[in-house]
This record gives sequence, structure tokens and C-alpha cells, in this order.
Amino acid sequence: MSKPKVAFYWCASCGGCEETVLDLAEAVLDVVKAVDIVFWPVAMDFKESDVQAMEDGSIAVAFINGAICNSHQRHMAELLRRKAQTVVAFGACAQLGGIPGLANMNHHKDLVEAIYGSDAPQEIWKSNGYELTLPRFADKVQALDRVIAVEYYVPGCPPTPKITQQALDALLGGSPPPKGTVLAPDQALCEDCPRRETRPEKLLIKEFKRPHEIVADQEKCLLAQGLLCLGPETRSGCEAPCIKGNMPCTGCFGPTSRVRDFGAKALSAVASLADSNEELDIERILAPIADPVGTFYRYSLPTSLAGGKFTK
Amino acid sequence: MSEEIRTGVYTCHCGSNIAATVDVKAVAEYAAKLPNVVVSRDYKYMCSDPGQDLIKQDIREHKLNRIVVASCSPHLHEHTFRTALAKGGLNEFLFQMVNIREQDSWVHLDKPAATVKAMDLVRAAVCRVALHKPLTKGSVPIRADVLVVGGGIAGIHAALTLANAGKKVYLVEREPTIGGHMAKFDKTFPTLDCAACILTPKMSSVRAHPNITLWSYSEVTQVDGYVGNFKVTVTRKPRYIMEDLCVGCLECIEACVYKEGKFVDEFNMGLSKRKPIYIPFPQAIPQVPVIDPETCIDFKTGKCKKSCVDACGERHAINLKMKETTEIIDVGTIILSTGFQVFDAHRSPEYGYGVYPNVYTALEIERLVNASGPTSGEVVLRDGKRPKSVAIIHCVGSRDEKNNRWCSRVCCMYSLKLAHLLKEHTDAEIFNFYIDIRTPGKGFEEFYQKLRNEGVHFIRGKVAEVTDWAFDPSEEGKLVIRVEDTLLGFARRIPVDMVVLATGLEPHADAQEVRRRFNLTCSSEGFFLERHPKLAPVSTFTDGVFLAGACQSPKDIPDTVAQAGAAAAEALALIDAGHVEIEPNTAFVLEEDCSGCRTCIPMCPFSAITFSEETKLASINQALCKGCGTCVASCPSGSIVQNLYDDEEIFAEIEGVLSNA
Repeated sequence: MSKPKVAFYWCASCGGCEETVLDLAEAVLDVVKAVDIVFWPVAMDFKESDVQAMEDGSIAVAFINGAICNSHQRHMAELLRRKAQTVVAFGACAQLGGIPGLANMNHHKDLVEAIYGSDAPQEIWKSNGYELTLPRFADKVQALDRVIAVEYYVPGCPPTPKITQQALDALLGGSPPPKGTVLAPDQALCEDCPRRETRPEKLLIKEFKRPHEIVADQEKCLLAQGLLCLGPETRSGCEAPCIKGNMPCTGCFGPTSRVRDFGAKALSAVASLADSNEELDIERILAPIADPVGTFYRYSLPTSLAGGKFTK
Repeated sequence: MSEEIRTGVYTCHCGSNIAATVDVKAVAEYAAKLPNVVVSRDYKYMCSDPGQDLIKQDIREHKLNRIVVASCSPHLHEHTFRTALAKGGLNEFLFQMVNIREQDSWVHLDKPAATVKAMDLVRAAVCRVALHKPLTKGSVPIRADVLVVGGGIAGIHAALTLANAGKKVYLVEREPTIGGHMAKFDKTFPTLDCAACILTPKMSSVRAHPNITLWSYSEVTQVDGYVGNFKVTVTRKPRYIMEDLCVGCLECIEACVYKEGKFVDEFNMGLSKRKPIYIPFPQAIPQVPVIDPETCIDFKTGKCKKSCVDACGERHAINLKMKETTEIIDVGTIILSTGFQVFDAHRSPEYGYGVYPNVYTALEIERLVNASGPTSGEVVLRDGKRPKSVAIIHCVGSRDEKNNRWCSRVCCMYSLKLAHLLKEHTDAEIFNFYIDIRTPGKGFEEFYQKLRNEGVHFIRGKVAEVTDWAFDPSEEGKLVIRVEDTLLGFARRIPVDMVVLATGLEPHADAQEVRRRFNLTCSSEGFFLERHPKLAPVSTFTDGVFLAGACQSPKDIPDTVAQAGAAAAEALALIDAGHVEIEPNTAFVLEEDCSGCRTCIPMCPFSAITFSEETKLASINQALCKGCGTCVASCPSGSIVQNLYDDEEIFAEIEGVLSNA
């Protein structure tokens, strides 16, 4: 019997998710032993035409990372959807829209203009008698499941090697989890936090601090020190590497299954920590949160209820 | 489990209350086409018996399993319709009420638009009700013991009513004696019966009643628990005299090394002096003196010969080493009757209180005219002379944008009473300066007419100032009232010997602390807020806590006593029912999902959430939870859910209201 075929692909992403697969280290050899990798542009020399040539449904699992922000990414996602039995949105960008999703706060034309000025590349690009057609920007950045049907999600920016390994095991094992599952625990990070015991019973914050402003205590709950840690809002499974590095959680594992809009929920929860009932005082307490959208919707703007400022 | 949703929608005309502004038939026809709707009717009065019967009948005949009624506010008839569901054999929480009266017909004029709004609201309810789950009401037993806080006339009356009904009552009073403000009054309006004569028998009954435990000189410092099961901590200040050993002979006071009183007598509003060991007034209850450690030589220097202790002798009732103690009691209901404080006349400096010695507050005059007061009922100025003319200035600190905006309700009448008493005692010429005379009680207007017949002057105008700056010899040595007489239409200067300021009533300075301690809310002026101004005037938003007297708003003695009786009756109703039903719209923690982050713990305004160190999980006391939803919003991982308000239900409602095709 032939080994199950697996594909990896990247859309609008930084490449960190690809690194994760390599970070499996020697375990990647077991993966290679267990499956046939039929498409993996970052590491192996297959072309789109090779995928086109495959039979529909012949790939067992396609892991797609990155958000969808242009016509080529959408085209590749649709192609892989046809060829694969199971599609996994791999990483925060594919799952929730991710950091590229923050582009939805601006119109893409303004973004291109800001970066390239009058030199902005045109859709048809000509040079030395050659002509190149560039992919067209979508109106808005989207998570993968807003473009194609997705069976599973692996959270994280990037997913940790451990959670990736567990996802592979779960999917290639005998009894796959129900469709729509996020392949990570469904509790918040506080559950796993090494500093859990130091969180005070009644935590209220008199002043939020930014990480560069204080030397954080290595043992004590970061929220209790006034650092905006999104651990209470964020799905666990990462084993708290940021906390162990004395940095607050930024929420890359996204919300639990019970929360529809991560940023709104985080905002609501964080606002309730302000230790005052006076409006001006509350403003002062929350003022150090410099970029609320970038803080609370860092990984999830496109999948939020509002979707961003420019969604058309 | 996929049960087929069969919804019945009932749109009410409410006579013409709704039908005049909303096309009720069109709404009913529209609702009939919505998903899951099996029956849609309109009816003149859904709350009537035939209206409710429609629901019951349809539940049986059409196998309905969800009901939506579009009518008035749920405050009015949610209970009615839920009961109809229950009688029809359906769980009463498979129901959603749509308010198309207060939130639609009564606030709009444009009929087509109001009709569309009614349709939108009905659609939202139809979407949401499909997700409702059957719920059951909880039940909590009620302890029979009652705590009454504040021993003025309100607390005294409530305590006696309950004690006479056979309930055990704890009456806690902050001062060394019960009696409150009423004990300071001379006569009461409009009947002019003697305040002490009607009050002191009730005070004695409190002391004598086997069902009443009286703790004076004590304060409630902590309240935990919930309706039927409050745990209350009472801190008892040391009075340095053992109540159980003292026989009330008062020989210790006589024996004090101070031969005369030397310190401000609070009970007489500072018009007389008392000793460091004193009893506030002769009929004080308990009849036990108190030692003021601030002024007692022994407390200050340790070098007193302690003649009081000698005088007490064998009784050994004086204990100068007494310490503050705490008592913890379990009660089922609480009546708050903490009263008011009098507006501080210094805050209206234009009237010269504290500057001119012959400017008095009304309460000072109450003491002056009182036979057991500092002058034994002789009304004299500070120099001992009898006043020949008196000005009574109404509304001091009341109806005043600079101070308190409300009418204190009793000042007109007590001013009339004081006018009468001053006239009686001194035969002086009396001037009342008023903005409006308000006499809307039984016998009040007749009393006002009586005063006019007695030759008391009434001048309509808000007094600009009281000054001693004389313009002519007739004003020399007098206090001059400068006022615009708004009936005559010119400014007047009226010289008098004595000025009485009819100071208003306001919430106690620590009302906010007390509010928090008992989990109450306050209205904007700071008085404790009743649950409903008309239909639940002595209840509060905290079940099992009731209000009586002026802590809720300024009121006179008859109203205070009536309210105290009502509060006692409400407490008795709970006690006799034996248990109380609790709404199931409470929040609960999904235990497998809670990460133990503790964000919710400080959020709960009712202290209903606790964190277990053992399980590392939060849990919500269902009897304490009021269903406010604060913890639900704060839970960062969405692990607190509230019955009837889970995310799916709310989102369905939002989508419903916004999906106008």
C-alpha cells in the first residue's frame, strides 16, 4: 500500500510556519518515512503543473499556511482544495487572518502607494520586451476558511513543533477528530502557565506597562505586574514559551472554541481589569495600550465581527 | 437531538396603546412567514385570561414548543406569560417577550416605520427563542431571624412589628441610644402631640421585648451571603459600662469628678454641656450611660480617682478596659432604616450660621422649646434675652441648585410647627420666608390655615442674606433679613432678633459605604434606591434587603412608620413563604473549560464568585448571582455562560434584528 500523500503550501505568510516543519528536527525523518510529500515549494522542487497533473482527491492532507490576500493565493488554495481530501489551515494567518490581516485597517491601494510611491508595480509589468502579469490584490485579506472549505486548524504564530507533530499524528492516525476542530487544547493558557500560582485572587490593575518600560519579575504573573498578557484569552497548547522568556502572551493561538471574536473578548476582559470606576482614571490606566487594534486583533482582524476598517 | 422547533407568535394590541401606532395585523401576518413559526395571532389584550388561554390552547393543539409574545415590557407581564406557558404544559423559559409598546409604539409617531420596527423585533425574538433551553427555577430557604439597621422611629417600628409577629429581631443602632431624630423633637406636626410621649413607650417596648436583641453603640461592618441566608458582622464599640450589670441608677454620672458638664452635648445640638460619662437624654434606651474616652480624664491621663467606679460600687458595671467586640449573626432578611443627616447650615454662608450667634437651625430650636432641653423649654437668645421677633427661613439647603436640588418634604410643616411653638413660648412676631408652602398631607393644609389665623406672617421669597449691617436705628442690634417679596414685588429688609434655618434632609455622609456593604444602589441624590418607585417602594435590587424611612428619601413620621410597617410585612412574607424562588438567568462556570485565570473574581458586584484553591477553578453561587452578566463579559476564555443569554442566543437575536430582507 502506498504512503499517504501530503502537501505543504504557503500563502500570505512570513515563512515561520514552514520553519516549524523543519523544527521537527530528526522527527521530520519519521514524517518523511510515514508519508509522501508531493508538494512543498519552500523545500522541494515541484511546480504548480505537477499538482495540476494529480488526480482530484489524491492528496491525503494539504497543510496551507498564510492568509489569502491576492488572486494567485486564492487560485492555489482552490487548486489544493480540489486535489486534497483534507485541508488544514496551518498557523495563525491561515486560521484567523494573522498579521497580514491587519492590512484590512487600510485600503490596499493606499498601502501600495505608501510603500512604492509613484513607482507602484502595475498588474501587467513590462521590462526589456518581457511582460509579466502580477497577481491582483483581493479587496481584503481573508483567512483560509473564508475562501475554501477547511477541515482542521492548527493554531500558532508559528505552531510549535510539538503541536504540529500532534496534528500530524492525529490526522494520520486511525480516528481523526471531528471536522472543524482546532487541533489544540480548548482551555486558556493560564491553565498551563508556570506562573499561575502567583496570580492574585483579585487582580485589578492600576497602570498598564509596556514590556520595555519595566524589568519584569521572572516568577510573578505578568498581568499582576501590569504587563498586558493575553494568556487568559488565548488557547493553550504552546506550553508558554513567551512567558518562560519573560514576555507577555500576545495571543497567537487565538481564542477558545467558545469565543467568536478574540479581540472583542480580550478588550472586554482587559477593560474589566482596570482598577477604577472613574472614567478619566480608566482612560489613564488603559492609555499605555498604544495600539488597541494591533494589540487585541494582532492575529485575528479578518475573522473578527467587524473585519477591519476596509473590508471592500 | 434535533427537535423540530414549532413557534407560536402572539402580537398584542394593548387596546390602542400599541395598535394606534403599529399595524398589529401586519406584524402578525409577517411573523407567520418567519422560519419555525407555526401559529401567529394578534389579540386585543394578550395579558387577559382569554389572551393567555390562546397560548395554552395552541400549545396543545399545534404542539408548540416555543412562544413569542410581542406586547409590553417584560417587567410587567413576562411572569404572566411564563405562567401561561407552564399551565399549557411547556417549560416557562421556552419563551421570549418582545417589547413593542414602551420601546416602539409609545416612542414613535410614524406608523409604517413603527410597524417595521415591530417586525424587526419580532424576527429577532423568533430567531433567539429557537435556541432557548428548558430551565428550572432554584429555591433557597429563608431564615426567620431579621436584622434591622438603625434604631430611629423606622427601625423601632419595624423591629416591634416583626417581634410581635414572633420573629427574632436584631436591632443595631450606631448611637448610644435608640430614638433617632424623633427623640430630639418637641412636638410633632400637625397634631402637636408630644414626640417623647409617643416615642418613648415604643422605645421601652423594644428594650422589654423578648424577641428583640438590641445592640446600641454598634455598627454593621460586613454583610455576606444572600437572601434568606445573610451572615452579618456587627462591631460593638466599647461604652465602658456593662449593659448587663448596669441598673440605670445614673449615680456614676452624678459622681464624676467633673461637677458640671464641660463638653459639647451632641443630643442638645451643642446648646448644653455634658460630662465625659453621660446618658444622651433621660429616657434613653438602653438606660445605660456611656463614657467618652476623648474627654474622660482617666483615658487621657490615667490619673483620675475614678469616682464613677466607686459610685457603681458592688455592681461593678463600669469596666474601663472594655474592648471593641464583634458579633456574627445569621439572618434571613435585613431592613435598613439608617435615616438621614441634616443639611449643614454652614454650607449656605449667606444666612450667617456660625457667624451671628442668634442664627439657629431648626433642630436647635426643637431642643430649645423642649421642656427637657437645655433651657427647660425657655426660648431665649444666646444672651439670655427673649426674642421679640423671629424669622424662619424655609428651604435651607433644599430646592437649591448650589446645594441639594430636592425638596426635603418635611421642612414646610416643621417650620409651621416651630412658628406655632415659638409664638406660644415667646409671643414674638414670627415671619416665615418660603418659596412655596407645601402641605399635602392629612391635616396639613388645615394646620397651615390655623397658623395664618394665629397671625404668623408669610412672606414669599427666597431670602438673599441675613446681615447685621444696620441701615437705620430700627435695625441696630438686629439681624436683617434681605428678601424679595415676590407677592408684593419689591425688595424688603426685615429686622429680627432670632433667625431659624429650616435645614433640609440629605443622605448620611457614609451612605455610599453603607450602600456597598449591603449591595444596594443609590438614586442620584444619594438616598438608597427602591426596586420600583411605585410598585416596590420598600424592596431593593438585593433580594431580602428592605428599606424603611428617610434613608430612602426624606419623609415625615407617618410615612416613615407606614414604610417601616411595609418593610416588616415584606420581610414576614418572605419568612412565612419559607423559601424563595430564584430566577434561572444565572451565570455558571464551564468547569472543564475554566483555566483558573481569576479575571472574573473581582468583577462580581454581588460577591457570588469564589475561587477554589483545591480545584483551581472559579465557581458561582447560584443563589447570589443576579444574572447581571458582568463575569460573562469579563471571562477571557468564554468559559462562563449565562442562562438565557448565551452567545448563540444573543448572536441569533442580533442577526435576527439586522436581517431585514
